[in-house]
Amino acid sequence: MRYEAPNSVEAAIDLLAATEGAYVLAGGTDLLVKLRAEMLEPELVVDIKRISGMKGITPEDGGWRIGAAVSGAEMGEHAGLTGDWPGVVEAVGLIGSTQVQGRATLAGNLCNASPAADSVPAMVAANATLRIVGPKGSRDVAVIDVPASPGKTTLGSGEFIASVFLPAKPDHGGDAYLRFIPRTEMDIAVVGCGVSLVLDGAGKVSAARVSLGAVGPKVMLVDAAAEALIGRAPKGDALEDLAAVCSAAATPIDDKRGTVDFRRHVAGVLARRATEIAATRAKGETA
Amino acid sequence: MALDSSDKPRTFKVVGTRPLRPDGIDKVTGRARFGADIVAPGMLVGRVLRSPHAHARIVKVDTSKARALSGVKAVVTRADFGAVPDGVADVIDNCMAGDKALYDGHAVAAVAASSAAVARKALRLIEVEYEVLAHVTDVDAAMKPDAPVLHAGRQDETVPEGYSQNVMSRVEFGHGDIDKGLAEADRVVERTYRTGATHQGYIEPHACLATMGPDGQADLWCCTQGHYMVRNTCAAILGMEQGQLRVTASEIGGGFGGKTTVFLEPVALMLSKLAGRPVKMVMSRSEVLRATGPTSSSSIDIKIGMTKDGRITAGFAQLRYQGGAYPGSPVDMGSMSAFAPYDLENVKTVGFDVVTNRPKAAAYRAPGAPMAAFAVESAVDELAKGFGLDPLEVRLKNAAREGTVASYGPTFPAIGLEATLEAAKAHPHWTAPLGENQGRGVACGFWFNFGGDTCVTLNVTPDGTVTVSEGNPDIGGSRASMTMMAAEELGIPYTQVRTIIADTGSLGQNEVTDGSRVTFAVGLATIEAARNAKREMCKRAAMIWGIDEEAVEWVDGAARPAGPNAGKHDPMTLKEIAAIASNTGGPIAGHYEVNAEGAGVSFGTHMVDVEVDPDTGAPKILRYTVFQDAGKAVHPAYVEGQFQGGAVQGIGWALNEEYIYGEDGILQNAGFLDYRIPVASDLPMIDTMILEIANPGHPYGVRGVGETPIVPPLAAIANAVSAAAGVRLTDLPMSPPRILAAIQGKKGG
Amino acid sequence: MSQIHVTTSINGDTTEFLCEAEDTLLDVLRDRLGMTGSKEGCGTGDCGACSVTVDGRLVCSCLMLGAEAEGREVTTIEGMATGDQLHPLQQKFIEMAALQCGICTPGILVAAKSLLEKNPDPTEEEVRYWLAGNLCRCTGYDKIIRAVMETAADLRRAS
Repeated sequence: MRYEAPNSVEAAIDLLAATEGAYVLAGGTDLLVKLRAEMLEPELVVDIKRISGMKGITPEDGGWRIGAAVSGAEMGEHAGLTGDWPGVVEAVGLIGSTQVQGRATLAGNLCNASPAADSVPAMVAANATLRIVGPKGSRDVAVIDVPASPGKTTLGSGEFIASVFLPAKPDHGGDAYLRFIPRTEMDIAVVGCGVSLVLDGAGKVSAARVSLGAVGPKVMLVDAAAEALIGRAPKGDALEDLAAVCSAAATPIDDKRGTVDFRRHVAGVLARRATEIAATRAKGETA
Repeated sequence: MALDSSDKPRTFKVVGTRPLRPDGIDKVTGRARFGADIVAPGMLVGRVLRSPHAHARIVKVDTSKARALSGVKAVVTRADFGAVPDGVADVIDNCMAGDKALYDGHAVAAVAASSAAVARKALRLIEVEYEVLAHVTDVDAAMKPDAPVLHAGRQDETVPEGYSQNVMSRVEFGHGDIDKGLAEADRVVERTYRTGATHQGYIEPHACLATMGPDGQADLWCCTQGHYMVRNTCAAILGMEQGQLRVTASEIGGGFGGKTTVFLEPVALMLSKLAGRPVKMVMSRSEVLRATGPTSSSSIDIKIGMTKDGRITAGFAQLRYQGGAYPGSPVDMGSMSAFAPYDLENVKTVGFDVVTNRPKAAAYRAPGAPMAAFAVESAVDELAKGFGLDPLEVRLKNAAREGTVASYGPTFPAIGLEATLEAAKAHPHWTAPLGENQGRGVACGFWFNFGGDTCVTLNVTPDGTVTVSEGNPDIGGSRASMTMMAAEELGIPYTQVRTIIADTGSLGQNEVTDGSRVTFAVGLATIEAARNAKREMCKRAAMIWGIDEEAVEWVDGAARPAGPNAGKHDPMTLKEIAAIASNTGGPIAGHYEVNAEGAGVSFGTHMVDVEVDPDTGAPKILRYTVFQDAGKAVHPAYVEGQFQGGAVQGIGWALNEEYIYGEDGILQNAGFLDYRIPVASDLPMIDTMILEIANPGHPYGVRGVGETPIVPPLAAIANAVSAAAGVRLTDLPMSPPRILAAIQGKKGG
Repeated sequence: MSQIHVTTSINGDTTEFLCEAEDTLLDVLRDRLGMTGSKEGCGTGDCGACSVTVDGRLVCSCLMLGAEAEGREVTTIEGMATGDQLHPLQQKFIEMAALQCGICTPGILVAAKSLLEKNPDPTEEEVRYWLAGNLCRCTGYDKIIRAVMETAADLRRAS
């Protein structure tokens, strides 16, 4: 295995495109585990942390552009980002330990392509986009379009994610992410749910995005869940309907982390609870 | 050895205080040398190839390509070990598979190479031809007559007809007449309980460094709970004389019973022998989980009868423990301990030792007892609640006490069970209010406590300081405890004694650090060694003073004339006697060798509050209190630490930890990500109360305290969760999906 | 494959080493630099026994390549005491019996120090969550949490 730490995007693309079996190293919290387990035997590892801009969080069009190598801890310390998208920041903050937070990134969490990735449902709910760079130039893609199947993404040869863009926070909008794990920390999500919504002057939901993780082969955006909320106050029957829709939308499997029945049920529970938090935030209150 | 002056309580100067541990600075600075922290000149890296199958015949192992790889210095398979004595046949078979691989992760070959990278590559070049066989990992399935058989023809004659050959042996304990007792009951609870297999979960993986010369002399450095056991076992396997193998115990990064046998050590010695160079081997975490001893999973039937005023009329348990790929599950100790907290007229336990395609079970803290206590204490709780009785009162009413004939035979001397129950009843925790979805559980636990072969040598240096050499790895502060007992006995300050763990060349045989034996047995030997040294020092003083030895006594660190008839002499301190020892007969030492008896059984009672989220089944431990008899707490902080650590291991066992096997017999969670031991944020503080009911078998009244704290938590938590959820949980771990399913089943039913 | 030459700072000392591309920082510390205070309990970032800081950020040294340390500032357990002066956390851990076997202790001390530098007045819950990635199997965490809280209180009183 070779290790390279180029200092430009172009150099990184050249290295990745030229080498069969090249992998991008950002935080490395998944890559190094796979190396250690001999699940991967890369020819080349390209460390993108020395490329300028990869470690930056910058305002853009009222939203935030987050470099691909920005760690969860750095996001959590950024007041502006945390103020606008607390759900996304909390989601990335749930990945692993404090130590893992020191390195783990949004882009890495996405590219690892685990259906249970915590930050992905939150990014999908927030309608985040990615700037993907590669031999054919750069393109912007919605987060939901990147995971292909467990362990696989839609990124092409030589491509990598340069940044994540979180759009401007809507007025009277709020987001939240909740996951279920057996312990209080250090586990992979058994179910994850991201909610982003906007309230109108009457306190009714005018727009919503609800996403689920770990209950299917990849993250899912549940349109029917949004429909269950829109035009209604986010409480009571609306939440019960939302929960039922989310439980029905889930297509989980039985595995060492949970059962089908449990995941279906808890998908609904988390959707309800996350919606309550998002709604509280949309009202400008802390939750 | 009997308790000193049992008619009047003794006052202690050092014992019962909380001095700083002698290895503290090494351990907080990173200087302490654990198993993987040592190197040797010319050292090679040893690695193990492991079976990817749960059960397979090993048709052929071709190592030629690996041997040809540059940097490979030795390759070992089972053939290199040849025939070994019967007593270690299963041990070597577990370290290196013979005809069959018996579980996922079973060692099949090993290499020694110039680097880890070369060793890794070499393993991939070893070609193993397997004939995959049908497998079985569940204990009840393994007992069925048509189950795939691991070892044909090895079943013990105690097993009745109709069982698979996987049932290796059957044990039975008890007295009285169960049917008669059940007939006297107002209610009988009859249930089946199951527990998952849990791993000791020590944070330090197994590691060793072996060096063996062509002359047959060998040195081994390893993390172990018993380096004398390692020496004896490895010598037998390698056909060596025990005296030719010197084993030094490293600092040990946790064991909890899991390091009371060998895994890498004989392989490292063989690799070193063949390579002619030192070989270091360190397991990865997945190797630890796949191939070292977890505890048994169990399936237990209980039948207990009770009168409506809370008297237990009969207790019966049938315990089925799978011990992995070889005989020797702790079902015997489970069967003996199940009803130990109760004074019963009619009691019977039957235990089956069953083999399955899983790693061989190793000891885990009170081996066998927690599962049995889980079943019995759950059933007692259910009966008590069914009658509307206070579960502590029911236990007090039936409690074993001095004079009780235990279900496993002996008659108890003074024991502390009632004291822990009374303390629990009087504690504010017992009457604290509970909120919605919260429940409180209590349970009792018992452990036998071990003694065994023990040697201590205590040397007085020329400047009057003292060194204690003992042969038991210090797993949680025992050097501090030995130092304290030596200082207490000699009447000198704690800081003037230093205790070391001697290698196998320096002392006689020592039993492993297990069964909560060390503070008791090594402590006893330390006290006796100090007494021998004191006698010698009194003799020297007598010689100097020209009086009889018998006219000198040792008080407060000095020899003094025993009475007015002995003449007027100024006391001679230890320092003064030591300084002139060379002129009075030579160096002064005391030593003591014993097969220690009188360990004194141990009892504890745990109390826990749990909240259950009714929507997700997630349990949360809100409050936890441990009440346990320590006999005499030598270093109370370390006693509390044992209580807390054992309780939290029990919490893990109760809620989240388990070995998960797929249909293919492959372990699915061989890592700390999905083998979920408790993390700091899962827990509240663990409150403790130390009771001191002196052990009549120890001069200071000490009882071992390490094992008992893991016995009650499984049932205490199950009782609390069941109260909070409103439905009885009988299977461990009580994972959220299981709790939620029980809650939904209750609603549906 | 040729080895990679790395120049870095470890506990304030400029340090050079050669490593393979796949060597983790933990491999380098333990096997190439003889700094065995950082422990490998899992190799997958799940136990925290290998905790170090890199440019002031707490990380698992098993989840970082040695080559990535080029130009960084690494601190390990070996850099925690100053000469014969233990760090207050180290002293408190001994005094309060916050260790039994001691294998997790270096990682927990490095992590706890990092917490107190960021948050001198943490709640019990904050300490517990900060240290959730540091597994300890002996103590049940009780005395560890108490020792961190007490050290924090001592340091606040002293400042």
